[in-house]
Amino acid sequence: MNLLEIRPSYEAALRGPRINPEIATRWLVAFLRDELIERRGIRRAVVGLSGGVDSAVTASLCARALGAENVYAFRLPYATSSPASLADAQLVVDALGINCRTIEITAAVDGYLQFEPDADARRRGNVMARTRMLVLFDQSAKLDALPIGTGNKTERLLGYFTWHADDTPPLNPLGDLFKTQVWELARFLGVPTPLIDKAPSADLEANQTDEGDLGITYARADAILDQLLLGYADAQLIERGFDSSDVALVRRRVDSTHWKRHLPTTAMLTNTAINEFYLRPVDF
Amino acid sequence: MEPTINARDAFDVAIVQVKPSKGRYAENLARIGEAFAQVVGDGPAPALVVLPEAATTGYFLEGAVYELARSARAFADDLARTWRAACGDRTVELCCGFYENDGGTYYNSALYLRVGGGAHEIVHVHRKMFLPTYGVFDEERFLSRGRRLQTFDTMLGRAAILICEDVWHAIMPTIAAIKGARFLIVPSAAPGRGIDGEAELGSVAHWREILRATACEHGLYVLYAGLTGFEGGKGMTGSSCVIDPRGNVQVQAPEIGACVVRGRIDLREADLARASLPLLGDLNAVLPDLLLDDELPLPTGRAQ
Repeated sequence: MNLLEIRPSYEAALRGPRINPEIATRWLVAFLRDELIERRGIRRAVVGLSGGVDSAVTASLCARALGAENVYAFRLPYATSSPASLADAQLVVDALGINCRTIEITAAVDGYLQFEPDADARRRGNVMARTRMLVLFDQSAKLDALPIGTGNKTERLLGYFTWHADDTPPLNPLGDLFKTQVWELARFLGVPTPLIDKAPSADLEANQTDEGDLGITYARADAILDQLLLGYADAQLIERGFDSSDVALVRRRVDSTHWKRHLPTTAMLTNTAINEFYLRPVDF
Repeated sequence: MEPTINARDAFDVAIVQVKPSKGRYAENLARIGEAFAQVVGDGPAPALVVLPEAATTGYFLEGAVYELARSARAFADDLARTWRAACGDRTVELCCGFYENDGGTYYNSALYLRVGGGAHEIVHVHRKMFLPTYGVFDEERFLSRGRRLQTFDTMLGRAAILICEDVWHAIMPTIAAIKGARFLIVPSAAPGRGIDGEAELGSVAHWREILRATACEHGLYVLYAGLTGFEGGKGMTGSSCVIDPRGNVQVQAPEIGACVVRGRIDLREADLARASLPLLGDLNAVLPDLLLDDELPLPTGRAQ
């Protein structure tokens, strides 16, 4: 006798996190409406449009939640930014029919960096990211709007963002979605395909790509992160079929960047320390 | 008011799925009053109106719970006043979740209130026994847990209240059913998660599995009242529903948005369900053997 044998499989874990984009869209549109209109009484959103898929998805969700006429996109190029990024951002503007303005940040960035000629690429990139956020917050004040964040869960977990820049906006619809899920959501929302198909890039240096910087593809990183967050030890992840050097890389990045996912550390001196003893929810 | 317990066979119910503004007790009560007026004005007047957990404050309060908690008496007075302002002295029974301050001890509670005849009376207060304190939840940091699961007699039959996680522990509806509950009221505030399902959030599907299994195992109606709206990024999943004693979903609200859900409870259906699937009767017969099992970690007698 040769009976059929059925065994457990880790295939689904290796495939990485899944998303039903229709459910996610419904939920995120409701989130934006509740947080913007009902809680804050704000009907306009400001989004920094980089030409990448995250900001395109964010703008698309905002357009669904608030109406295209209430979404204000800003293209904020520096002198070395890729012209292709500007063009891709324009595709999103045209597809959604949202408002758009382009403000060069070169003069502002160089106004400071002229005093720091030795600043390396990392420092220069951080100055650009923080300058962009300065513009987005100021434009929000001007327009009676709220800046909306575009950071995804993968870059948050890997610490691949500028602290107190990309993570600063008070609302972030994509922060609990891995990059590979954002791509699926982008297809569902009809984001122009050049933005989905191209290699993601922070566009802070020429020929820079996220996956080159990180040393791992998003697909492999997301599958590991999805399991790692459930509490599995590295040995268990490797048993499930993940590559040991990938697991080590992801673990190292996550464990070295917990601080980037928190507010500044405040010295506690009293029994009324804010957020330690004095506890109020953000929407109170 | 002298209660007369003479349960009806069938009655209409309404679940008011609310979306409170965080911490704005008076404003939220006023909105509940508007819903009460709709409930009696637009359809068959319900004998019972059910509202979710933390319906007048929102769920995630952290330390602000101490500012917003009310005594059961004060909350009963406020709720009865709200009903009368909207619906006059029409007789009704109301069940609503609230944060309770009992002389400086704080609970996540639900009140069952009878209103009519120019008076109102607290029929029962259930204090949530299972306080989720993991992940996104932090209830036991701020609240004490209830110590008793009681059933209680209403004008509509014997009932029990189980608040949110209470009903996730199968032993809770089991005890309620053994104690004679014909219908369960489940006020809830359930933050949604799980986006890889077929048509709805994973947590919504999981909830319905639990509620349906509860209803058909014990042959009772389940009235689930879910909070809706986002609280600091956490979206409450609404999905208020009435489930019949065979486990069928009689009616269900959407996840998003305040609304009124109307259902009908027919206790003869519960009798038929128990006749055709007599699991509760079987349990009553076997229960003594189960509880006398000395391997169970049960209290053995008086404290020494």
